[in-house]
Amino acid sequence: MDANKGVLICGELADGKLAPVTIELLGAGRKLANELGEELAVLLLGSNTGAMGKEAIAYGANKVYVAEDSLFDNYNSDAYTQAAANLCRKIMPAVMLLGHTDIGMDLAPRLNGRLGGGLAMDCLALAIDPATKCLVTTRPVYGGNAHATAVSKSVRPQMATIRPKTVPAAERNDSRQGQVIVIEEKVDPAALKIKVVERIKEQVEGVKLEDAEVVVSGGRGIGSKQNFEMIKELAHVLGGAVGATRPVCDEGWTPASLQVGQSGKVVSPKLYIAVAISGAMAHITGCLSSKYIIAINKDKDANIFNVARYGIVGDYKEILPALTAKLKELKSA
Amino acid sequence: MNMIVCVKQVLDPEIPPAKFKIDPETKKVIPPTGVPPVISVFDERAVEAACRLKDKNKGKITVISMGTAKAADVVRHAISMGADDGFVLEDPAFENLDSFGTAYVLAKAIQKIGTYDLVLCGRQAADWGAGQVGSILAEILGIPVVTFACNIEAVEKTLKIKRLVKDGFELVEAPMPSLVTVSSEIGLPRLPGGMGLMMARRKIIPTWKAADIGAEAAKLDKANAHSEITGLSIPARKSECEIITGATPAEAAGNLASKIISLT
Repeated sequence: MDANKGVLICGELADGKLAPVTIELLGAGRKLANELGEELAVLLLGSNTGAMGKEAIAYGANKVYVAEDSLFDNYNSDAYTQAAANLCRKIMPAVMLLGHTDIGMDLAPRLNGRLGGGLAMDCLALAIDPATKCLVTTRPVYGGNAHATAVSKSVRPQMATIRPKTVPAAERNDSRQGQVIVIEEKVDPAALKIKVVERIKEQVEGVKLEDAEVVVSGGRGIGSKQNFEMIKELAHVLGGAVGATRPVCDEGWTPASLQVGQSGKVVSPKLYIAVAISGAMAHITGCLSSKYIIAINKDKDANIFNVARYGIVGDYKEILPALTAKLKELKSA
Repeated sequence: MNMIVCVKQVLDPEIPPAKFKIDPETKKVIPPTGVPPVISVFDERAVEAACRLKDKNKGKITVISMGTAKAADVVRHAISMGADDGFVLEDPAFENLDSFGTAYVLAKAIQKIGTYDLVLCGRQAADWGAGQVGSILAEILGIPVVTFACNIEAVEKTLKIKRLVKDGFELVEAPMPSLVTVSSEIGLPRLPGGMGLMMARRKIIPTWKAADIGAEAAKLDKANAHSEITGLSIPARKSECEIITGATPAEAAGNLASKIISLT
């Protein structure tokens, strides 16, 4: 176990550059490496990654391993798992970090299964225990209602995926020096068991839920598909996206893709307006990181008021039309 | 087509947070009284995915759940939906296992069941939500894995899977056997019918202990755990809700509108 040294980041690229989450991982990874007194390395997979090596060094990496192969240009679970596992076996990092993205969520548990070691998913904070030099991870459990800390005492590497936008990004410094190492080894075609046949981009009507600055969500209290139009209208006036609770999606008042919550999407807009939503644990999970939650509910004891910053106690049917009209008026003024 | 579905019994995530209590000493959640535990939402969708495949292609669905004796309830729920057989994996040695240990126990049980074309899991559990067990299980079994499926079809010996990615979908093909983790976008699980409920009630759900599945004691030893929980706490919430009022609901709405404009 003592043979394991250093921090390794599995980097991601977006639009031909280092992905924002990777720059955040470099920030977190640099700190951990400094505390351990060890090196920070990054793995980059895909065409032209060689050119990206300097970037990663400017953001704090000591070493950048690049595998220039067009096979890696789109995420391929089998290929990435093999490439990352091979590097891990060679350089034996003590800590390995990934983004909690669609890629990290698929890759990290597979690597963990293949390499052994410990893994904490969706971490909000990472630290090194000064006494044991173990990685201490903090992650939300029970839909964010509790936080759990964990360590891996006896196995390596200690792996973690970090939730995007939770740790500060690394600061760029072009005077930093480092080494770019090209991985010559190719992926064994026999390891590629899953064939990706097609990639389809989803067409979204209006503003995308995950990207919206304002989200207006309705709960079961809305009562019908027809009444749900009022939610859509309010969202439209605010230039925001429409969300819904699980019961609303189950009823078919909105498509399942608009579900906010534990089994749906986790959103963090500036403004989250919860209409006729009582605030079950599973729903709150999906909106808790919003800057301001505004609740409209006729039950003054509804749990949603415990997490809201502003609220109105009342029947949404009497409030929403006036609210939408007034906002229209103020927006056009 | 032989399918195995792994399901977990969890605290009902739809409870109001006021009922959610933890014991920081034991680092466990105190189950609220009067709220029965449920099948984890994603696992229920995994059962639904298996039932749809069975509807189209015929076949057999076996459900396994690691947990307490009460886990038989979620196995029965899966049978009421259309599964054929089920087992509960219960042993003091299985308590408080981490994801790696859980995957190991499930792998041993699956190896005991023997032949299978497809193993299904929920994408993550609705309680601890790690989303690790399915993929580790596939690595232990040495079979391909496809995560976050929202549609699964079987065409001869090939699985055609639609999976969720950041900005859309991927269509992939996997050989049999493979392991697939299922996301809620697969759609609503079916409601049990009268026949299913009767089957579920009558079915004998055997319990398998560590020795029954040949699980090695060293692999279950907490001293060898891959991950150890060192703390559990409820994060402080600082929200103080300001109630906006008015002489009429419309006036309150007008006041809220001004507030919203000032915030955006």
